[in-house]
Amino acid sequence: MDYVIVGAGPAGVTAAETLRQIDPDGSVVLVGAEADPPYGRMAIPYYLIGKIEADGTYLRKSDNFYESKGIKYVQGVAKSVSPDTGKLVLSDGAEIPYDKLLVATGSHPIRPPVDGLDLAGVHHCWTLEDARAIVRLIGDGKDVVLMGAGFIGCIIMEALAVSGANLTVVEAEDRMVPRMMNQTAGNMISDWCRDKGVNVMTSARVTSVTEGGGKLSVAVDNGQTIAADLVVVATGVKSNAGFLDGSGVETEIGIKVDNHLKTSVDNIYAAGDVAQGPDFSTGGWDVHAIQPTAVEHGRIAALNMAGKDAAYKGSLNMNVLDTLGLISCSFGLWQGTEGGDSVERIDEKKSRYTILNFEGDRLVGALTLGRTDHIGVLRGLIQSNVRLGVWKDRLMADPNRLAEAYIGATRVI
Amino acid sequence: MVKALYMSISDCTGCQQCEMACSYEHEGVFNPAKSRIKVFNFPEEGRNVPYSCTQCADAWCMQACPVDAIYINTKTGAKEVSDALCVGCKVCTIACPFGTINYNHATGKVIKCDLCGGDPKCVEICPTPALTYIDAEQTGMAKMRLWAKKTDAGQAAQS
Amino acid sequence: MSWTKKILRVNLTSGTCVSEPLNMDWAKKYIGQRGLATKYFVEECDPKVDPMSPENKLIFATGPLTGTAAPTSGRWSVICKGPLTGAIACSNSGGFFGAELKNAGWDMIIFEGKSAKPVYLDIDNENAELKDASAMWGMSVWDTEDALRAARGDNDIRCASVGQAGESGVLFAGVVNDKDRAAGRSGVGAVMGSKNLKAIACRGTVGVPVDDAMKFMQAAGAAKQILADNAVTGEGLPTYGTQVLMNVINETGALPTHNAKDIQFDGASKIGGEAMTEPRESDGKANLVSNAACFGCPISCQRVSQMDANHFTVKGQPKYHGKEGGLEYEAAWALGAATGVSDLETLTYCNYICNEYGMDPISLGSTVAAAMELYEIGAITDKETGGIKLEWGSAEALAKICDQTGLGQGFGKEIGQGSRRLCEKYGHPELSMTVKSQEFPAYDPRGIQGMGLTYATSNRGACHLRSYTVASEVLGIPEKTDPLTSDGKPGLVKAFQDATAAVDSTGTCIFTTFALTMDDISPMMAADSEGGWTSETMMEAGERIWNLERKFNNDAGFTAADDLLPQRMLKDAAKTGPAKGKVSDLLKMLPEYYELRGWTAEGVPSNETLARLAL
Repeated sequence: MDYVIVGAGPAGVTAAETLRQIDPDGSVVLVGAEADPPYGRMAIPYYLIGKIEADGTYLRKSDNFYESKGIKYVQGVAKSVSPDTGKLVLSDGAEIPYDKLLVATGSHPIRPPVDGLDLAGVHHCWTLEDARAIVRLIGDGKDVVLMGAGFIGCIIMEALAVSGANLTVVEAEDRMVPRMMNQTAGNMISDWCRDKGVNVMTSARVTSVTEGGGKLSVAVDNGQTIAADLVVVATGVKSNAGFLDGSGVETEIGIKVDNHLKTSVDNIYAAGDVAQGPDFSTGGWDVHAIQPTAVEHGRIAALNMAGKDAAYKGSLNMNVLDTLGLISCSFGLWQGTEGGDSVERIDEKKSRYTILNFEGDRLVGALTLGRTDHIGVLRGLIQSNVRLGVWKDRLMADPNRLAEAYIGATRVI
Repeated sequence: MVKALYMSISDCTGCQQCEMACSYEHEGVFNPAKSRIKVFNFPEEGRNVPYSCTQCADAWCMQACPVDAIYINTKTGAKEVSDALCVGCKVCTIACPFGTINYNHATGKVIKCDLCGGDPKCVEICPTPALTYIDAEQTGMAKMRLWAKKTDAGQAAQS
Repeated sequence: MSWTKKILRVNLTSGTCVSEPLNMDWAKKYIGQRGLATKYFVEECDPKVDPMSPENKLIFATGPLTGTAAPTSGRWSVICKGPLTGAIACSNSGGFFGAELKNAGWDMIIFEGKSAKPVYLDIDNENAELKDASAMWGMSVWDTEDALRAARGDNDIRCASVGQAGESGVLFAGVVNDKDRAAGRSGVGAVMGSKNLKAIACRGTVGVPVDDAMKFMQAAGAAKQILADNAVTGEGLPTYGTQVLMNVINETGALPTHNAKDIQFDGASKIGGEAMTEPRESDGKANLVSNAACFGCPISCQRVSQMDANHFTVKGQPKYHGKEGGLEYEAAWALGAATGVSDLETLTYCNYICNEYGMDPISLGSTVAAAMELYEIGAITDKETGGIKLEWGSAEALAKICDQTGLGQGFGKEIGQGSRRLCEKYGHPELSMTVKSQEFPAYDPRGIQGMGLTYATSNRGACHLRSYTVASEVLGIPEKTDPLTSDGKPGLVKAFQDATAAVDSTGTCIFTTFALTMDDISPMMAADSEGGWTSETMMEAGERIWNLERKFNNDAGFTAADDLLPQRMLKDAAKTGPAKGKVSDLLKMLPEYYELRGWTAEGVPSNETLARLAL
């Protein structure tokens, strides 16, 4: 069996490893688009601040990992797929035949339609190559404008702040991390960042970037103009599914898959950020661009590609973010559900916040700020679908008893 | 024989000696706040329950790590964190459904139970039968695994 | 190193919290906790100070072993001038608060002055701040802890607070921590309340380092092994708690009953440790649910109880239906044997009340017993009691008067002044079973002779925990002595007093000394802290501390005439049991004791003694 995996992020690498494990006789080809060995984007902020070298971001650490596992690693960019002939075509013309193909090509940053984003000194912060460019431009006292305070923007923000930059963040929505935090929590994060010296603008859009006198000039629709040595664009991402045009593989906000992570075309599967997979919480289909989902997708897809019947119950939308030392987490239906109970605790002075959302006596979603201990039990409580029984009332009375609730509800005490 | 840390839910008196042994072993200081094992008090039930990583087979933390910083100690089966490789992204802390891998603000890295290399100090110090290090098959691991399965994202027919 | 070397000084009048370095010269002479805080107190406070005035200071102190892996490392103390006694007050507690305070990086907190409005001290490691407690004023200890946790949004905080009793000036109000552990005696809670200080909430994550960790773990490990192998600390206390003593002391003929008119109680077997484990007639369940431990304690003598929800004291009151801190021996004796009440459930309820309202059950029970005798002889009537029939053995009367005392209502207001003031008021001072105005506890000096001298010379007023000669006279630890003879007891008392003062200053529990000797404890101190501690220097520090406390009391106006037991102990012979016909030999023991102490015949430390102890 010839397995081909296109995309060498966490989903692709996990799939390759899983396939190798369960089908020792099959051939596994892993195609990566970038010059660097497979690495984790989650680690880029730590590379930016010099906490790690580039190799510290690599998904697998040993030098000849892929070779030693019998995984053939190919560098190349996917250009098209021909399901009829069972071939993946690369941009250099090379053709790779497959029996089973996994598309795990992830996504790429969007460049919004703003004049001047093609100027030198304007960068995305998506790839290791982007990061190298940014490292050359940051330094103490540099003026930096970050466009977008979503999850990606925020994980980079710390690195930019640590570099000693005068940092301005421009976010189009009315709060920071709008797709991960509600108004209360988003505002608390903004307050925290301002307190740390970051100039945070919300409900604001960059209208143009111009150059003059060795500096960039960033115009914002709130009337302000900010001088910048570096502009980082982090205004969202889009699935890398364009190369599938004409293949018959259906796409929406990502590649549509079934609960076996198979696409609309036989023998083609999708996993990770590019896949619009089952959502545990809603029962619908969504892109959850997070590391744990990528890994789960990779493993489940590989099992199915190798002929195992592995049904996926869906990924839990969750995230963890560290904004200049304030740690926030979101899980599942953090916006709450209609008719469901919720309990909220706010301590603005200490930047602590918790909201728990229930359906009946089950936890379905949560947001936290300033809490890290035993935080994973929120996933456990939601995804194990455990009935909380008496712990529902106890959590409603005191949402801080999360770990106790998990232990109490899952073990007989 | 694979051994496992067995945490009884009925024998613990809540003295926290385990937390001190753990923090001393790993941090060189008596500090329950830095312990990998924690005793939870259940006043309504009149119970104390010690709680830590069970080195689950699913290894959610290890799977979720983007930089390969968590590995299996082949001698003990423990999932251990490499301080040299951990970047402190905290993804494992939300991925672990048991909440037993935690971020340490002081070091900017995560900490979890490593079974002290096969000689768990919490067990050594525990004055009651609440903590024992015994044959994994006797520890109620099956029950823990059941709950792990409920969290499992995929009903995978794992080979 | 296991002093944090930091003191938090809180001026309640001005509202300031200031960190200052610990006086290390003093630390090396007075160890910590009881000893070191007393040194600070004596240096800073006028011995003539009115205990309830802003000029009295209030010190919360940990010891160098508090918060370490030493066995029983959860101990801490409250030190001030006691309002019940007018003497130095040092009340020791366990639970988890002390270790939390130490983990936050503080050896002690010194409170000065008085706040204009109710406040609580909020400690988050190095950050300490006084906050408004107006909303908590009037709350019980239990509700206060819940309110503090909610205010902080952190369930890991540990609290020490006063309940209604401390607010209303009950002279034996305690400071209660972790809901059912208490610095119970001498009215330290009344002093806290007098300062409008409702509570301390603390979270500590700094940690506690020791000097030589390897040696320390070895010494602590050896000590734990001894505790585990010992019959008292390894088996008796975990199984029955201190309540293991009820039947033992009754059989010894030293269980003061009916305000010490008798020294054996026919209801003893119904209220002791064994009874707590037996199924109740009413619902078939045992009173005792489990044992539990204080911080760092391998003994775990604490009782967790659950009452019959249909018992008359708690019916329809769900807050008492859960699992709460159960009866200890002293409480069961004072509330039960002393008053003749043999209903275990009522005693459990009254014990809850003591924790909830923040009162010392020993003084409470003993004062109620005195009131019952006053009632029996007609010195008080239903007119004074507001209709409560204070008859021996009345569970209903006991429950009612405990409630009233905690809440400062009705005749409870008079009970709240303690038995000496009560008995004096009604013309029968001889009926107060007190020394230096503090009620004595559960061992009759006629049946256990050493305890007579213990009570008489205790620096905080009658107390068993200053020299627990019961260990030797009843339990045979470290060696058996005859409880009915006073021969050799002055030396025994002195040795126990000095050793206890030292152990009380380390941050560990005196219960360890059922099994450990100073030779087992001093290696932990030596590895823990600078100062080259040995058994000899520990004992010397203990003697120094004892003399410092004595000197303070003398300067406060106490004399040898206050080292006296109630006349009943000296004149009314025991009626039953092994001690039948005996009275206390106190007057024979005292001169010998003074001499052994190096004190004058007037009970004053001689200049030579002061010089020898570098005082």
